Amino acid sequence: MRRSRLILWIFLAPVLMWLALLIVLPHLDLLVMSFRAKDEYGKMGFSLRNYVTFFTEPIYWLTFVRTAVYSVITTFFTFVLAMPVAFYIVKVVRPRFRGALLTLVLLPFWVSELVRVYGWMILLRESGVVNFLLKKIGLVDAPIRMLYTDAAMVMGLVYTSMLFMVVPVISVMDSLDDSLIEAACDLGGSTWSIWREIILPHCKPGITSGAIVVFMLSLGNYLTPNLMGGKNSLWFTEQIYNQFIASFNWNQGAAFGFLLLVLSSLIIWAGLRISRQKLGEVAS
Amino acid sequence: MDIDLRVTRCTKTFGTFRAVDDVTFDVPAGSFFSILGPSGCGKTTLLRMVAGFEEPDSGTIAIRGRDMRGVPPNRRPANLVFQHLALFPMMTVAGNIAFGLKRRKVDAKEIARRTGDILDRVGLPGYGDKRVDQLSGGQRQRVAIARCLVLEPLVLLLDEPLGALDLKLREQMKVELKKLQAKVGTTFVYITHDQSEALVMSDAVAVMNKGRFEQTGSPQDLYRSPETPFVARFVGENNVWPGRVETSDARRAVIRTDEGLVFAVRAGAALTPGSRADLFLRPEAMRIEPRETEGLNAFTVAVRTVLFDGANSRLLTATPGGRELLVALPQNRRFDHIEPGQNISVGWHPESGVCFPAEGTVPDAPEEPRP
Repeated sequence: MRRSRLILWIFLAPVLMWLALLIVLPHLDLLVMSFRAKDEYGKMGFSLRNYVTFFTEPIYWLTFVRTAVYSVITTFFTFVLAMPVAFYIVKVVRPRFRGALLTLVLLPFWVSELVRVYGWMILLRESGVVNFLLKKIGLVDAPIRMLYTDAAMVMGLVYTSMLFMVVPVISVMDSLDDSLIEAACDLGGSTWSIWREIILPHCKPGITSGAIVVFMLSLGNYLTPNLMGGKNSLWFTEQIYNQFIASFNWNQGAAFGFLLLVLSSLIIWAGLRISRQKLGEVAS
Repeated sequence: MDIDLRVTRCTKTFGTFRAVDDVTFDVPAGSFFSILGPSGCGKTTLLRMVAGFEEPDSGTIAIRGRDMRGVPPNRRPANLVFQHLALFPMMTVAGNIAFGLKRRKVDAKEIARRTGDILDRVGLPGYGDKRVDQLSGGQRQRVAIARCLVLEPLVLLLDEPLGALDLKLREQMKVELKKLQAKVGTTFVYITHDQSEALVMSDAVAVMNKGRFEQTGSPQDLYRSPETPFVARFVGENNVWPGRVETSDARRAVIRTDEGLVFAVRAGAALTPGSRADLFLRPEAMRIEPRETEGLNAFTVAVRTVLFDGANSRLLTATPGGRELLVALPQNRRFDHIEPGQNISVGWHPESGVCFPAEGTVPDAPEEPRP
């Protein structure tokens, strides 16, 4: 009994250390830091000013709202695209091609995000491949501005997040008995009603966990919005970056970091409430 | 008599495998029609073609005179009860039953009324709000059937729906299904590999083997006068006894078994004198120690074992030549004295056995005693 407990601790130790040293400790440090600010005399002390700044300066909370809204949009588009992809891989294609198709979904993730985003830039910039082709076939006279727009940014985010939606949806869809779909069809169900009443309710846990991951990844993404969104479309992570690196105001940056954590958790909580689900069910 | 389902010369091939091979049958309105066959005989494919999940390569399927070619499953007046029922776990019982009605844009009040009605009829009043996983096996069964019947299909297709139930419940559901069918009057097409299900419930049974129909008839017909050796083996139980034809005419033949016993027997097909033949003899066709042997084939066997199984008790016996035979042992106390090692006389009427030309390769029926 004592021996098995010892073994448990030995195996648990790395995880606990990882959690404590790399997650809990820095966050505690940041939390303390976020509640400290210089007073009128330039002396550091306890203050809520960093948090107050967020709510009183529209540029900050507007950036956050913008980030959240675009992340929700990204999550939605990822979901809309991932469902047919997952359905095709799980139910339509013959089993022996399944692995190959999954690998194709996975493949873009073997290169770094930077390279992926740069690939998009080559395609979309004004002197890029798409504009070149459009001009060549005479559809446009002057190149269209595609990069550095919100649409391009959302597309880049969707592309980056696809895998994290497709994989959980595939795993739940796999457990959907084909005969349920056939039964629904036999009872007079149309394609749309079968999706709405059978497939989506069955896949709900997978969709939810995928949506949480995609939403968090988009919200916390720095590279894609920064490179594809252009100069006047600020992402909240950029604000944090600016505080830490540009303004060298670590206290303000730490407060922003915590606000991002709290507010995104709130959004997910609200999302779970609206779809009447529990985090425990989704995670299992 | 109206024909609800008419299948004409239907064939379906998967790759090189011919799952359904030139099948033709009619199902009269309001009857209980079963297709009985071993697994892999093509019965499920046939049923899926009627439901619309597969299209036949050739031949036609017509439901009440209307050709079904190209009509998708959701537009056919036939509904399928799936083998594993396929109830929707994300809905309540009422939700399951209402699914098809909602698709037909029936208004909510009417849906509630008809859902309640059908639940009453299948004997589950007040079960509408239950979740599917709160039901027992037999109750799920009834919900699956109710879900189809509420749409008032012309033909209800059932794909071995009793397969997943335990024995006791299966026996009970057999009777219930039969009663339900008589009550609602819908045409049932039922497929199964269990001969007892087919015999108990059906008005007509088709025995299917290797994609073809071997014989179609009433349960009594199939049992009393099988037309092929396969039907003789598959329906009911039979002792198979190889021998040689001595003499034969259109109806009767005289067979000399390999152990030298000579029997007069009904000829199931044309038999040429001198050729090999198989004699099929049911355990229950043999009378133990008959008082009158006039007109009977009589011989003596030695009892090896008493296989006691209540009403289905049998004796494992052996002829002097060493061939094992199963003989039914009626539990009317008359034969309580029989014990292993005894010699008993048995007799059977020439009409209760049947003889077919020996087949080249004979698939083993699972229940026959091995020589």
